[in-house]
Amino acid sequence: MAEIQLQSLRKTYGKTAAIQDLSLEIRDGEFLVLLGPSGCGKTTTLRAIAGLETLDRGRVVIGGRDVTALPPGRRGIAMVFQSYAVFPHMRVYDNIVFGLRMRHVPDDEQRRRAQEAAELLQIAPLLERYPAQLSGGQRQRVAVARAIVIQPDVLLMDEPLSNLDALLRLHMRAELKRLHRELRATTVYVTHDQTEALSLGDRIAVMKEGEIVQCASPTQIYDRPASRFVGGFIGTPPMNFLDGVLRGHNGSAAVETGGVAVPVSLPAAAPSAASAVTVGIRPEHIEVLAHAQTGALPAEIVVAEPAGATQLLTVQFAGQLLKVTVAADLEVQPGARVWLHLNPARIRLMDPATGQALPAS
Amino acid sequence: MSLRRLGLYSAALAISAWVALPLVLIALAAFTPRELLYEWPRPFWPEAFTLETIRFFLRSTGVWQSTLNSVLVAGLTIVLAFAIASPAGYAIARYTFRGRDSLQLAILATKMFPATVLSIPLAVAFIRWRLYDTLLGVAVVHTALSIPFVIVIVTSVFLGISYELEEAAMTLGSSRLKAFLRVTLPMALPGLAASAIFTFVLSWNEVFAATILTLNNRTLPALIIDSVLGQGAPLHFRFAGGFFMVVPAMIIIFLIRRYLLTLWGVTVR
Repeated sequence: MAEIQLQSLRKTYGKTAAIQDLSLEIRDGEFLVLLGPSGCGKTTTLRAIAGLETLDRGRVVIGGRDVTALPPGRRGIAMVFQSYAVFPHMRVYDNIVFGLRMRHVPDDEQRRRAQEAAELLQIAPLLERYPAQLSGGQRQRVAVARAIVIQPDVLLMDEPLSNLDALLRLHMRAELKRLHRELRATTVYVTHDQTEALSLGDRIAVMKEGEIVQCASPTQIYDRPASRFVGGFIGTPPMNFLDGVLRGHNGSAAVETGGVAVPVSLPAAAPSAASAVTVGIRPEHIEVLAHAQTGALPAEIVVAEPAGATQLLTVQFAGQLLKVTVAADLEVQPGARVWLHLNPARIRLMDPATGQALPAS
Repeated sequence: MSLRRLGLYSAALAISAWVALPLVLIALAAFTPRELLYEWPRPFWPEAFTLETIRFFLRSTGVWQSTLNSVLVAGLTIVLAFAIASPAGYAIARYTFRGRDSLQLAILATKMFPATVLSIPLAVAFIRWRLYDTLLGVAVVHTALSIPFVIVIVTSVFLGISYELEEAAMTLGSSRLKAFLRVTLPMALPGLAASAIFTFVLSWNEVFAATILTLNNRTLPALIIDSVLGQGAPLHFRFAGGFFMVVPAMIIIFLIRRYLLTLWGVTVR
């Protein structure tokens, strides 16, 4: 069993705090993704779990064992680095068995396990080569093989796909998912790529300025972002935001924005009547209508960009630009007047002052 | 060929000639028969060659002993300089600590201090410490002279090796020391060897301290300087001695030239 508990971690570099006060529980066998823009502290958090950073405060507990004071090699972890960090002066085989040698595993077992790992990563024919003779993708596989061969309780990965080209990245992403299903090691994966996060993670912890702003399953993160930041960070294109005033009467509610009352479901803790709110809505949850309808927003089409299966519209409503994804066969002309119907079930209301989502009823 | 290239090539040619011409002249003179050396006007290309001058030099008193001394001093210098400079270089390359930048500057600033000023106090101190006229004494001074260079080179060697490799080794179960010995050191070895050889040349060629601090235990340059200045050695002895001094340094620099370029290249960047 190797669940990870991070308890009130804090790490500062000079006066800037890389991690503010971070607590997180990662379940045994879980694939957890740390996602955030650069400088949000996700890599520092990963390195703190690995033991490559000394913390100012807080404890790291792996499998019930407090490892805060232990060196990286005795924490039961293995790590895949962004640069792969494959030892250039050793053959692939020596790279893979490096961790086994450090653990004084007998020679024949070393060979057997290296062979197994190499086959799992499909690099068995490359064992005698030097890293300089390998492609980037192959080096990446060596780095992963070297990490999993020691059968770690916890596998840490720091943006492992960011140095690969787009096609290879897509392929390796699926490989990593398969590997995780087969090995079931608790995995912590750092990335700034939301597509990777959504496709790989059992849960995603979205980080911003050294803090976790939301930690939930990919669907929840996508459908119910906890704040304006999460909604705006995840999704291509990201969530649209409109400022308005919430008015409730007789159990139903509507947000008045740009002179139109858009029906919404009433938040659980309804703010006082006529309070300012931000409406968050994803581009695919806006329907484009050719004729006016109650509660639909009048808008003008600015740009239409076909994107294969769908088309992306940029529309202007009350001086604000919104992104809308529609079917590829919808006939639209730039400059045309349309009406936007926001799916009330998909609207996320937020507090404009704090950016926090209002809990739905 | 454009004018710009022409200028570049002639400048390169002029600089190379500036360095190479004296060496060529010394080499030619070292193989010229004694009596031709005193002829005037002397042709650039001598009419006859002989090994007699070199043989005369090698048979002179003290030459072999001082050559051995030079090698011993250089070897000792390498050991001492590396014992001090490589941890310093590693620390500068790997860690950020208070005063790192000023330390780096201070290391180079010591080169601005003229060694001549130090010579008398140094000789006095060495006599008091019984280091005067010993090979160890000369090696200590050579160590002091070479440390700045060695630190700069070693720093750039370690900077060229990603720290992530060491970290990777640590996550795989090795201690900090083992990670250094198994991963960083083997990769740094060629660069370190090159800078060791460079240190050798530095010590081999150093004449000032060696002359001031020795009387009987002369290193080769000190012996040659002494016999030229002190005893007015004949012209052909000077040329042969000069040639004998230059050759090992030339060969070594030629062998490691590629390394020196990358070493200094990294440092400059």
